[in-house]
Amino acid sequence: MITFDAVRKQYPDGTVAVDDLDLQVEEGDVVVLVGPSGCGKTTTMRMVNRMIEPTGGTITVDGTDIMSTDPVKLRRDIGYVIQQIGLFPHRTTAENIATVPELVGWDRSRIRERVAELIDTVGLPDGVADRYPHQLSGGQRQRVGVARALATDPPVMLMDEPFGAVDPIVRGRLQDEFLRLQAEVHKTIVFVTHDIDEAIKMGDRIAILSEGGVLQQYETPASILAHPANAFVEDFLGEERGLKRLSLIPVKEVTADRGPVVTVGTNATDAREVARSQGADWVVIVGDDDTLRGWSWTDELADPVDGDAAKPFVTQVEAQDSLRTALDALVSSWTGVAVRVSGGDRYEGLLTRELLTAELHDDARARL
Amino acid sequence: MNWEHVLPWLAGQEYPNTGVPGVPTLLYEHLLYVVVPLVLALAIAIPVGLWVGHIGKGGTLAINIANGGRAIPSLGIIIIAFIAFSAGFIPVYITLTAMAIPPILTNTYVGVREVDPEIRDAAAGMGLSGWEILRGVEIPMAMPVIMAGVRTSAVQVVATATLAAYIGLGGLGRPIFTGLAIGPQFNPDAKTLLVVACILVAILAVLTEQLLGLAERAIVPTGLMRKHEQERRGSPPPGAAAADTAQRSSEQSAVSA
Repeated sequence: MITFDAVRKQYPDGTVAVDDLDLQVEEGDVVVLVGPSGCGKTTTMRMVNRMIEPTGGTITVDGTDIMSTDPVKLRRDIGYVIQQIGLFPHRTTAENIATVPELVGWDRSRIRERVAELIDTVGLPDGVADRYPHQLSGGQRQRVGVARALATDPPVMLMDEPFGAVDPIVRGRLQDEFLRLQAEVHKTIVFVTHDIDEAIKMGDRIAILSEGGVLQQYETPASILAHPANAFVEDFLGEERGLKRLSLIPVKEVTADRGPVVTVGTNATDAREVARSQGADWVVIVGDDDTLRGWSWTDELADPVDGDAAKPFVTQVEAQDSLRTALDALVSSWTGVAVRVSGGDRYEGLLTRELLTAELHDDARARL
Repeated sequence: MNWEHVLPWLAGQEYPNTGVPGVPTLLYEHLLYVVVPLVLALAIAIPVGLWVGHIGKGGTLAINIANGGRAIPSLGIIIIAFIAFSAGFIPVYITLTAMAIPPILTNTYVGVREVDPEIRDAAAGMGLSGWEILRGVEIPMAMPVIMAGVRTSAVQVVATATLAAYIGLGGLGRPIFTGLAIGPQFNPDAKTLLVVACILVAILAVLTEQLLGLAERAIVPTGLMRKHEQERRGSPPPGAAAADTAQRSSEQSAVSA
């Protein structure tokens, strides 16, 4: 756990980078510091391992005041990843990863094992161990940077725009891998970014800072999106707040409607009655065991209902997809619904626009 | 030109009627005048260059002091040192050491200063102490630039060590000054001494440079070596091309910002 208590950083020329900051980072949480340039987010992060010394207040890591710890010792116990990664160009991937284990005097065989394990953990291909940084792609370098920071398994990690130097596609993939990794290792992480979407995706909690290092709001991404504390936060969150909130809620959080469902072999009159009772002019057609076959307009139904003639749903969503994906499926379909399946083809129900809207409002109500 | 005397002279005989010893003796003396000052210069310039480079302060001052020595002609220094210390090797060593220091000092300082600040930051952030950063990051990364300075110094010292003969010592300067004293316009032996000695000095300089080039290959870390060779050829390794371009452009934008 990392605690900031009335922390302040003022430079000799009078510039205040961080002003009276109170913040608590719970163990195993990813806290994202986000804000415009000059908001002191990087300064705040760098004060944790004394790369920048605070001029006021106290910072404790697991209860110990950082100012009472030797900086070199303190830093060896905290993983550190920066945007430019700072890999040593004269050392191979394996040697880069082994940097801190060597400093703290691990024996060779233990280092070798750990390096091999980390190369695997961060998803680097075999054979990169003996390559030099200039022989790696940007994404591979980022992974080596993360592996190097994880080498001695430090409980706390500091990451300054760790995915900032790669293209958006690679960045998205690295973010997903990072979240998967974090679910296994449960590090306490301070993560700096200027990108609010990255903050929403990566953070268990987000601290929004404004110029001069003033904390504007510190909450979970969902709470911040639902209730921005003030105009600054609202402005920083930008457009499409509703969509951003939907992207945080998985499909499984919403109870899907059963919808106008008919089984293959039902006679057409009964099928039309099902549609009419639900106010629809189309039906979902399922086979035995609710296997999804497709859909059909009621006036095009065969009698009895035929599974092979059903039109397929173009997109389907599963439990772990976000409501944003569901919304996308919904607006792309003629029927105006997103169909939820499990295991690829087992029909689970329908998501409608009303359900999504209600979810956003329920979510907001629940937090009031 | 008197070619018939050249081969015996190269093989070790005294050059007739001039008192100039055989080339092997001259070569040995010359190398002595080169190696001692170079070692002294390395011992002074590298620690100072590393230190001012590492702390990032006082570099300009150190380089200016070193270059100040270079502004005085070597011939002037050797005469002043000769007056101050009279005969012996000391005036030669002082002169050549003063000449060898500036390139090594400047390059060592610049090599360390040019280590990417992000790499230094990452190293410090991971918990490397100042000494560990110097030893594990700054020295290896500065090594190509340091070695370039050493090569420059060595070649200069090889050429300038001929001045030792001006104050009565030996080395490959001996046949040059003797030839000049006799007068190459009138005397074929004088001309021969001059021409052959100059060629020998040039060959020695080139060989020194080549030898240090081999040493450089052994000393400079492989990762930097390959990078250097690739940069010289202008072709990045396959697969890393895109990443390199991206990095370079971000570096450029950082500079322009």
